[in-house]
Amino acid sequence: MTSRAGHSRAGYREEGRRDVAVVAFAQTAHVRAADSLSEVEMLLPVLREVLDGTGLSAGEIDFTCSGSCDYLAGRPFSFTMALDGVGAWPPISESHVEMDGAWALYEAWVKILTGEAETALVYSYGKSSAGDLPEVLTRQLDPYYVAPLWPDSPSLAALQARALIDAGETDERELAGIAARSRNAAQDNPYAQLAGSPAAGTLLEDDYLAQPLRLHDVPPVTDGAAAVLLAAGDTARRLSRRPAWISGMDHRIDPHGLGVRDLTDSPSTRLAAERAGLFAPGAPPPDVAELHAPFTSQEVVLRKALRLGEDTVVNPSGGPLAANPVMAAGLIRIGEAAARVSRGEARRAVAHATSGPCLQQNLVAVLEADGGEDEGGGQA
Amino acid sequence: MNAAPAQKVLSAPLVVEFPFTRSLGPVQSAFLTGLRERTVLGVMASDGRVLVPPTEYDPVTAEEIRDLVEVGSTGTVTTWSWNAAPRRGQPLRRPFAWVLVRLDGADTALLHALDAPEGPASVRTGMRVGIRWSEQRSGAITDIACFEPVGTSAPTHRAEPHTGAFADPVTGIVAEARLDYTYTPGRAQTRYLDALAGHRTLGERCPRCRKVYVPPRGACPTCGVPTGEQVEVGPRGTVTTFCVVNIKAKGLDIEVPYVYAHIALDGAGLALHGRIAGIPYDQVRMGLRVEPVWTEGGRHPDHYRPTGEPDADYETYKELL
Repeated sequence: MTSRAGHSRAGYREEGRRDVAVVAFAQTAHVRAADSLSEVEMLLPVLREVLDGTGLSAGEIDFTCSGSCDYLAGRPFSFTMALDGVGAWPPISESHVEMDGAWALYEAWVKILTGEAETALVYSYGKSSAGDLPEVLTRQLDPYYVAPLWPDSPSLAALQARALIDAGETDERELAGIAARSRNAAQDNPYAQLAGSPAAGTLLEDDYLAQPLRLHDVPPVTDGAAAVLLAAGDTARRLSRRPAWISGMDHRIDPHGLGVRDLTDSPSTRLAAERAGLFAPGAPPPDVAELHAPFTSQEVVLRKALRLGEDTVVNPSGGPLAANPVMAAGLIRIGEAAARVSRGEARRAVAHATSGPCLQQNLVAVLEADGGEDEGGGQA
Repeated sequence: MNAAPAQKVLSAPLVVEFPFTRSLGPVQSAFLTGLRERTVLGVMASDGRVLVPPTEYDPVTAEEIRDLVEVGSTGTVTTWSWNAAPRRGQPLRRPFAWVLVRLDGADTALLHALDAPEGPASVRTGMRVGIRWSEQRSGAITDIACFEPVGTSAPTHRAEPHTGAFADPVTGIVAEARLDYTYTPGRAQTRYLDALAGHRTLGERCPRCRKVYVPPRGACPTCGVPTGEQVEVGPRGTVTTFCVVNIKAKGLDIEVPYVYAHIALDGAGLALHGRIAGIPYDQVRMGLRVEPVWTEGGRHPDHYRPTGEPDADYETYKELL
């Protein structure tokens, strides 16, 4: 009774694995500074939205997993305070990763695959406005050779952009085009922080922020949160008219030394995509890609690693260039991709999340709609 | 119940500052000690590449790698970006280029600053640069003050084996870190702190389980729903449990021994903590009725003192321990 969707989909996923789907997604209306709200106050509405949307109460969730980083707001163990928002007492089964929520979602997915949970709530949040984000992010770097130099995040991204330009992989005009396309796409995204952009040619008249990058190449500083609900098999079909099935997911990492890596490429993204089944023989190209490329130049690297062509719409939400709540921006990519599938706008979508400087660590998830008799939705 | 007035949210500067003391592995120790002695060491990776800066483990195979080599103090820029507005802690105060430099004899590149007084137009990938050493060197990456242009010399240095042995090797580094934040406590705690400044204690009631949280954090941790309804509690309360403090806290002007207690304010669904005074420490007991004592201009109670009422019955506060 669980195999209907399994055999009616194209079958790119691993045989014998449980079907797990994204059944709900919510995000905040992202802002530069959510001054008036504590982290849990910022988070509560999105938690309520995914729970109320599926009719579940917090007590009915088998597993809860969150992603956040204490350094962002400078508040030690802030995730324990955020747990107030999910009703964690009496004790629930929960876990936390000091990473983007996409990795929390990976942990929840594995938990469901093991059979220990039918449903999982995943959330993440970031209040970057409390600190100086480029300075805060230096603290994630190699503490012996790199962190003592305090290199800010736009400068490191600019080293990667320069390497791409030198290699002939892109130029400043293409990067401005990526910025303009992303922020214009965000005009259809009510949650975006930045929407609308002057044309690429106009953007190029601006001064450099970190040559070769200009302000438009850089993501905004954002406060925001997101939540995703996962469910297995028939539970997912009960909770969602059109579940977005996770047909594969994997995450990989490149060496931490920036000077060890070829910054124009992302072997870890390619490997994660391969293991997630993105390149499965016979599989159609994804209709949509939601890429966690905070800097314009990183989209160039990811398109190549994920082999995305003309058939794939990249970041229809505007991506992290339109809103970049650190620690939630990767989870939002999965949520946005899943939402396209659930709305029937995409049959196959790929979501990507990143962590660390210059795309050091990368996660790839492939999401698919039910095929066969479910086509067109409208059952349930 | 009080309606929630629109209030200005409190904020305060918050500085998080910490020196991390980190020990070094043998390869890192040799590299950083070498910098102190103006010698740059790399390590041979499993595939024969020379890694500079060197790592303890192979970046591909994760094998332990220990074969050290000396490389040149000049090298080639492999990529760069221009930093027009240097930040606190960065290597140079005036605008500079961030560079990845492949030192002569190395196969990987090192991140550092390039002093380029002639500006970004003078910087390009492939340019030749050399190390400018710091006057004061201690065995740290900052022993390299920065790089500087060295004309068009072709690379000549080849990696030569090196024992990595130096007199008085550095075995650790102290990594200073300071981050500046603006702390904002959010709506619930702002309301609580503002009321407290007016000598009133405001809790918030959960709409589902009806418990009153003091201090409130905006959500009920049992029900996972917002707590919007403000409820004034106290000012009197009951000592639910306590301890006698015999160790004088640094910078705290309170004579020991003194009593620190959990106090359930009347109407509150959980106890908060505070100091008990106005009674000998050995006479404080569970059930003691207390009230807050405010000091001139204080934004919170200085301590709590006995009210003189009869002790509360255990049954009335046993759920609030």
